[in-house]
Amino acid sequence: MGKRIGLEASLAVSEAVKMARADAVAAYPITPQTHIVEELSQMVADGDLDADFMVVESEHTAMSACCGASAVGARTFTATGGPGLALMHEMLYIASGLRLPIVMAIVNRAYSSPISIWGDHSDVMAQRDAGWIQFFAETGQEVFDLTIQAFKIAEDKRVLLPAAVNLDGFTLSHVIEPFDMPDQEEIDAFLPAYEPQVILDPDKPVTMGAVGFPEIYTEIKKQQNEALLGAYEVILEVWEGFEKAFGRAYHPVESYRTDDAEILISIAGSTACTARVAVDNMRDQGKKVGLVRTRLWRPYPFEETRAAVKGAKAVAVMDRCLSFGGPGGPICSELRSALYPLPEKPVVNSYIVGLGGRDITLQDFYTVVEDAERVLSEGPPDEYQYKMIGVRE
Amino acid sequence: MTEQTGRAKFLPRHLPSRELFAEGHRGCQGCGEALALRQLLEVAGPDTIVCSCTGCVEIISSPYPETAWRVPWIHVAFENAAAVAAGVEAGIKILRKKGRYPADRRINVIALAGDGGTADIGFQALSGALERWHDFTYICTDNEAYMNTGIQRSSSTPYGASTTTSPAGKISIGQQTQKKDMPMIVAAHDIPYVATCCPSYPLDLIKKARRAFETIGPTYLHVFCPCPVGWRHPSDMSVEIGRLAVKAGVFPLFEIADGKLKLNRKMDKRKPVVEYLETQGRFSHLKPEDVEEIQRRVDENYQRLVHRAECDAGGIDRSRH
Amino acid sequence: MADEMPTWREYPMAAIILEPGSTAKYKTGDWRSRRPVLDSSKCLKSKCARCWIYCPDAARRVDEDGYFEVDLSHCKGCGICARECPPGAITMVEEGE
Repeated sequence: MGKRIGLEASLAVSEAVKMARADAVAAYPITPQTHIVEELSQMVADGDLDADFMVVESEHTAMSACCGASAVGARTFTATGGPGLALMHEMLYIASGLRLPIVMAIVNRAYSSPISIWGDHSDVMAQRDAGWIQFFAETGQEVFDLTIQAFKIAEDKRVLLPAAVNLDGFTLSHVIEPFDMPDQEEIDAFLPAYEPQVILDPDKPVTMGAVGFPEIYTEIKKQQNEALLGAYEVILEVWEGFEKAFGRAYHPVESYRTDDAEILISIAGSTACTARVAVDNMRDQGKKVGLVRTRLWRPYPFEETRAAVKGAKAVAVMDRCLSFGGPGGPICSELRSALYPLPEKPVVNSYIVGLGGRDITLQDFYTVVEDAERVLSEGPPDEYQYKMIGVRE
Repeated sequence: MTEQTGRAKFLPRHLPSRELFAEGHRGCQGCGEALALRQLLEVAGPDTIVCSCTGCVEIISSPYPETAWRVPWIHVAFENAAAVAAGVEAGIKILRKKGRYPADRRINVIALAGDGGTADIGFQALSGALERWHDFTYICTDNEAYMNTGIQRSSSTPYGASTTTSPAGKISIGQQTQKKDMPMIVAAHDIPYVATCCPSYPLDLIKKARRAFETIGPTYLHVFCPCPVGWRHPSDMSVEIGRLAVKAGVFPLFEIADGKLKLNRKMDKRKPVVEYLETQGRFSHLKPEDVEEIQRRVDENYQRLVHRAECDAGGIDRSRH
Repeated sequence: MADEMPTWREYPMAAIILEPGSTAKYKTGDWRSRRPVLDSSKCLKSKCARCWIYCPDAARRVDEDGYFEVDLSHCKGCGICARECPPGAITMVEEGE
């Protein structure tokens, strides 16, 4: 069995890519993703990772080159974040449209302007609909595990879609965490070599990326959507296998002290660590508070989400992203949509926190829970849509 | 006419039984790009992967459920033919190293883009792929405007040409800037082989394409492709206009191999550019003084090439071809 | 028409086209208003092949006698072959004549 070590979360990504025996990497450096690509470069330089690392001239080219490498059957990886992810935008849709199982680490970073190198989820939320499988990690261990799993899920014949693992910039990416490092043999047993289905092969010439006239476009998009929806079962299956092999359980939505909870905090990413402490403290004060954490973002886990909030009176959703002029945070919007058909559902409040690397403190969790309590007793004011927490008025 | 199509090489029995760029493609009548592709693929052969950018070629060759391609082909987007080709090349290279691809099989990885996909939107990806020294051939089929979207000007549109976004008007002669010199910009990356060619000179094109494909490392072919619709000339004139462009020195045929420039057709007496310009509606509004200005620029550019060729150790090929 | 078309399940993944060169099935000959007619007696004995090498539509085939016959189901009638033929063995004739 593997060994227990301390490892920076970024390096855990690189280790996962190495142990997944990735063939091709194309990446462009951007803060806070740099540690991942630096480590991968060193691994290639030392001969520890037998991959072709294309150190390209932009993220746009990174994703384009990933498409090319994946289309000839290479196991392909890239990493980016923030503006780099934005520059990939068009390519993300094409990677999923071409059904190329590329795996990407997104080290979440705010969008400009003003320019911010620090973390929030604006980057990935703007790519929410790109047709990728999307996970949010909380810990370094999870980053590693999800990266390994992402290859297996993405490359599954029933799926063949790209997958992204989100980790918060700095607050997770640059944090050294305790970490169970598996042996290579264990990873090899769990993640076999990639067997591509259709590739650019001169012996069997295919045309990829043809013109789709209006008569077929809808059908091809339906097909793609079905593949992403169908990925759900594969994800659960892979997680079951992972738990058997490595002893760590994974679920689309993680619940903490939710059993008798009246108010639930909903959050994604590494902030859940702080949230758990806040929940414990509030529980000590006798408040019936729990936590639900979004791990699987696409395909969206409707049933698990409904089950996770069942019985609660209010859900306080804390988004690290603001939909300008819209209904608040994206995670909140989707949660509301998921609950809308239910005859009985909790009040769902949207709170915007942690934009551009602003610390999310224990007090922030107390504040949103107090606000949720107030809404429950007084009802929301008419103009109530969402609140930005910690903003100086 | 002295140029040859090379009888010996075109004995019917030597012709391929199957076109790799198939008939039935949706190119316009007299399409210079389709013609260039046919000739280029004859040279490339079946062990080829084409990474195409968005544009005429992509549209005319891949109307689902049909494809004109008999080699593996991928279209990803407009601005990244070179980046996709880079990924394909790198992917094959590493799979070969790992024993998952035939070790002795050389694949011509081709990035294929029009002038807009090369000189404008795909410029960065091209430069990056050249600098990283991928083993691929970048082919720019240059018809001097965005033809697929309706004849809008690109940075490869020549001075004085009227397009839908550089229209000739009461106070404008049309395109007011000079054609971006892509072959020289590419050559500045110091890659092993850069050449200009035109399907009106198939032997020259074939020779250059063969060298480009055989060369290890990045190579670049800039192919002059008359466009009857965009240039407003009769469809049967596509080959003749390419010829006139070469003979007038508007599009000189040259190659830069290992840094040495060789003019493939040294013409002591060039045709006046007006003979080229007057064949096309896009230049029909030009006044004599505009033509004079174009002639002056063409002369200047041609002399620069002659000078460079002479400096590059007598690299002028005076043999006929 | 729409009823006869495949359902989303029936399309190949990502609309990847598996049959190379399938545009050959599409008869671009319909586009033509003039067709090239070859007078074999004028064709060069050596069969210079200009009509073949300069055809943008791959619409020239070698017949049993080594002449380049036109594939009228794909020839779009651009007229390049007629213009480029050194002995003038090809003439363009209006369709319907």
